Amino acid sequence: MKFINDILKIITEYGSSYLTGAGNTLLLALIGTVIGCIIGFAVGTVQATPLPEKGGKRVLMRIVRGILRGYVEIFRGTPMIVQAVFIHYGMFYMGLKPAIWFSGILVVSINTGAYMAETVRGGIMSIDQGQFEGAKAIGMTHNQTMINVILPQALRNIIPQIGNNFIINVKDTAVMSIIAFMDLFSIHKSVVGSNYLYFPSAVLTMAIYLTMTLVSSVLLRWWEDKMAGDANYDIVNTKDTLAQTSGLYRAKKKEAKR
Amino acid sequence: MSHSVLEVKNLSKTFGTHLVLQDVSLTVNPGDVTSIIGSSGSGKSTFLRCINLLETPTSGQIIFHGDEVTAPGFDAPSYRAKVGMVFQSFNLFNNMTVLDNCLVGQTKVLKKDKKDAQDMAMMYLERVGMAPYINARPSQLSGGQKQRVAIARALAMEPEILLFDEPTSALDPEMVGEVLDVMHDLAGSGMTMLVVTHEMAFARDVSNHVVFLSDGLVCEEGSAEEIFGNPQQERTREFLARYMAR
Repeated sequence: MKFINDILKIITEYGSSYLTGAGNTLLLALIGTVIGCIIGFAVGTVQATPLPEKGGKRVLMRIVRGILRGYVEIFRGTPMIVQAVFIHYGMFYMGLKPAIWFSGILVVSINTGAYMAETVRGGIMSIDQGQFEGAKAIGMTHNQTMINVILPQALRNIIPQIGNNFIINVKDTAVMSIIAFMDLFSIHKSVVGSNYLYFPSAVLTMAIYLTMTLVSSVLLRWWEDKMAGDANYDIVNTKDTLAQTSGLYRAKKKEAKR
Repeated sequence: MSHSVLEVKNLSKTFGTHLVLQDVSLTVNPGDVTSIIGSSGSGKSTFLRCINLLETPTSGQIIFHGDEVTAPGFDAPSYRAKVGMVFQSFNLFNNMTVLDNCLVGQTKVLKKDKKDAQDMAMMYLERVGMAPYINARPSQLSGGQKQRVAIARALAMEPEILLFDEPTSALDPEMVGEVLDVMHDLAGSGMTMLVVTHEMAFARDVSNHVVFLSDGLVCEEGSAEEIFGNPQQERTREFLARYMAR
């Protein structure tokens, strides 16, 4: 009974703080994952670009790739909690005064970006060579091929991995409490600091984290299914002009959405 | 000969130390249907892939309307836009519908506006009998249907020459016919075609020039009647005898 009373006590006294913390956690994880994906797509795409055959451009590409490789290795190879301290206090040391949110988003984004870069590179490598050749054969440049043909397919293939990263971020942003970011775990720490109800608060915190990750899983599955496209298609009877225009109408609607 | 569409001079290609093509020369004039035949591994496909620069030739020249394709700094993408290619494995874009497959090259490469591109795409899809399927995705089509869409996609670019790399080899016998019908029709309409094929009947009936490749060398070439009716080389006779015996 004591346990339930303690839980209820925490909820009535600090409930809104937990919710704010959970909201901050979700928002940080979401923004960090989105920016991380953008970084990952940029870096991964550069890494998967074949080297030009000649001279200056080749050297330049090599240097750029080397730098990006270094970025990936450094941020994949060090703990995010240390990166948070390194970046946040590093900026203070250099005389900047970054907002907590700025540091938090920066750390989560570049950390996620490092993992996503490799994921995207893998996603690009998983696309059949024939897709590249088909695009080349109708005169597409490398960039046109990537944007129109390869990356949309790579994106679809790596959605499960993007979901993974998001769920990891929901949990791992807990380390941002080290720079006093007010995420869910920070709330837990400050609450137990005043009432010593370590276990009940931990149960509540666990439950909130699990709820967030489970809901995320469901939403990610839904997104994945949506990206897979229609399982069926309409046959357009071309002798019948009405049916034909309705087919084109659907195609036009799709274009308009883009 | 200055009016030829495409001229290949002494093309050679090596992969490492393996010599795949040796001094292959060929001239293609407008309206020609040229078939390249030969056993697997004879370099037919590599030859075709060299022509639109999917493979870089080791030596030799490829001249397209007087421009040297093999020259350094040549604008390969805009050249490829004028040289269509149909692959053995179709290579339709899996992330697009049939219609979009036929639009993307026109809008992105040729910068045509949507309306014109759509009319062009529908015209050719109609011609290959795939217009009813504009909303389908490649994964929802049979092999023969995919290949017909791939032909429409290539045609929608209005190429000056169309390369076919064993277009029916990945199809089961029932579907070979529908693709060959489309190719027959194209050849009849005056399309300049270069076809690598194992379909000897097609090569015999449709082409006005046949090249027999053996071990990376042009073993024999001539009109369809010459190659199929009265082959001069022992190697050609052996090759054809094996096909006719099937």
